[in-house]
Amino acid sequence: MPERRPGLWGAFVGVARRTFRKIEALKGVSFTIEEGELVGYIGPNGAGKSTTIKVISGILNPDSGRCEIDGLVPWADRVAHVKRIGVVFGQRTQLWWDLPVIESFDLLRDIYGVDAAEYEKTRNELVERLNFESLLNTPVRLLSLGQRMRCDLVAALLHKPSILFLDEPTVGLDSVSKLAFRDFIREINKDQKLTIILTTHDMDDIEALCNRVIVIGNGEILSDGPLEKLRKEIAPERLLIVDFVEENAQISDVGARVVDHSGHRAKFSFNPEEISASDLIARVTAEHPVRDLFVENPPIEEIIAQMYSENSL
Amino acid sequence: MRGHRALVSARFRALLQYRSAALAGLGTQLFWGLIRVMIFEAFFVSSVMSQPMELGDVITYIWLGHAFLVVLPWNVDRELQTMVRSGGVTYELLRPMNLYNAWFSRAIALRTAPAMLRAVPLLTIAALFLDLQAPESPEAGLAFVISMIGAVILSAAITNLLNVALVWVTSGERLTYLAPPFVVLFSGNIVPIPFFPDWAQTAIRLMPFSGIVDSPFRLYVGHIPPSELGFVLAHQLIWSAIFIVVGKRMLAQGLRRMEVQGG
Repeated sequence: MPERRPGLWGAFVGVARRTFRKIEALKGVSFTIEEGELVGYIGPNGAGKSTTIKVISGILNPDSGRCEIDGLVPWADRVAHVKRIGVVFGQRTQLWWDLPVIESFDLLRDIYGVDAAEYEKTRNELVERLNFESLLNTPVRLLSLGQRMRCDLVAALLHKPSILFLDEPTVGLDSVSKLAFRDFIREINKDQKLTIILTTHDMDDIEALCNRVIVIGNGEILSDGPLEKLRKEIAPERLLIVDFVEENAQISDVGARVVDHSGHRAKFSFNPEEISASDLIARVTAEHPVRDLFVENPPIEEIIAQMYSENSL
Repeated sequence: MRGHRALVSARFRALLQYRSAALAGLGTQLFWGLIRVMIFEAFFVSSVMSQPMELGDVITYIWLGHAFLVVLPWNVDRELQTMVRSGGVTYELLRPMNLYNAWFSRAIALRTAPAMLRAVPLLTIAALFLDLQAPESPEAGLAFVISMIGAVILSAAITNLLNVALVWVTSGERLTYLAPPFVVLFSGNIVPIPFFPDWAQTAIRLMPFSGIVDSPFRLYVGHIPPSELGFVLAHQLIWSAIFIVVGKRMLAQGLRRMEVQGG
């Protein structure tokens, strides 16, 4: 990365003498993904997520390390490799801006060399499933974000890839679209054993879709495994929220930490390893009558944020 | 190949939509063409020496030049410029196509579609009202058509080199603004090449730009006999090969150092 000294003098010096600062974008990132997995790949901004994705798609050539996908090395066999992967970047479309959607699809069919009959079948299935037959003749530039995202999804799947990369796919989507998107992803992952890698900042996406999450920070892997494992590692405690009938009820030690108690509502933080939820509920309700209660996991967002800050990211 | 054909076709169709630009271009070319014809007429009337080309041929040459002006590599694919700046090249690299070849396909479309939009009406008008002559002979006409194909290839090769230069944002972009006037001058579009001073003739003939419009037009008017078509094509294709090889090397280098934005 070229570096420039700040200020006007720096700008002049920069013209004469260019200095470069070496940045290690990824150091020691290592993982294996099996066919049919739906993996979340998350990390703070600048952690190296997009860099990893670009290395894996064969766009960037890394300085060292090994990567093999379906028997091919991405950057070495780019053309062959790329035919087997589909990518959707949430922030950009891969479709041709001024062409109608259907023409973009046809063009992709020709570029990927898909057999015409196969292509028609795949395309019709996807268009029907995602419900945008009426949009096929609209130029891409006139589509709304939700519509465009559906088209991008189809475009990425037309050549029947074995791996799908999704980079921030739900950015800017409304709730209806997000839910529909998640349903669709779950479906294709299950029905077609399509391997899917999802990078996103939306933790709800992760929670809804991924049974395995890889967390990357500062170019390193911080965690790799099921979401539950991540919870246990970072924030094993759960919350019990109780609405007492009385205000400011006197609570004795019930084996849990009182996080907050104002008016009728008390929040207890407890470790399920030390005391089970049902035991705690029994103890709390034994003392005072209770109007309502609920047990919560700390939101995954907070867990991740905690993880990022613990690693001073 | 199928993919490249599809790309050319798609881009061609997209470019055909720019009709108002073509209309404006048509007006401009007619206007400037008339002025240049008047200048040359005056020149011929008042000159005492014999000229390298006859007035009738010069007038035809001028009208052909204006009709096919946009075949010259006078612009680059600005869509690629936006694409490079926005990081959209990522998507190009995700396609199973050689990037240089894909961009070359776009260049072919860029050098033909706008030209068709302008040439057809302009040549019709020029033929009907403005003394555009027919080709010197049927062989001349055929030679013209074949050499125009070579011209499009050569022009696309130059255009694609400029496209590749765009990968070097800022410095590359500057080149794409500087190159066109240079190209236009040495292509014979301001002054037909035979009218350049003798000492410059050899140098200019060797340069690639003469192959783009000057040679095909002079085949048309018979100034170059059809038998020399082989030389013309050789000149065009050798230069094309040079531009293509340089272009591919540059692109490979550019991609390696390109900072792909985002983390």
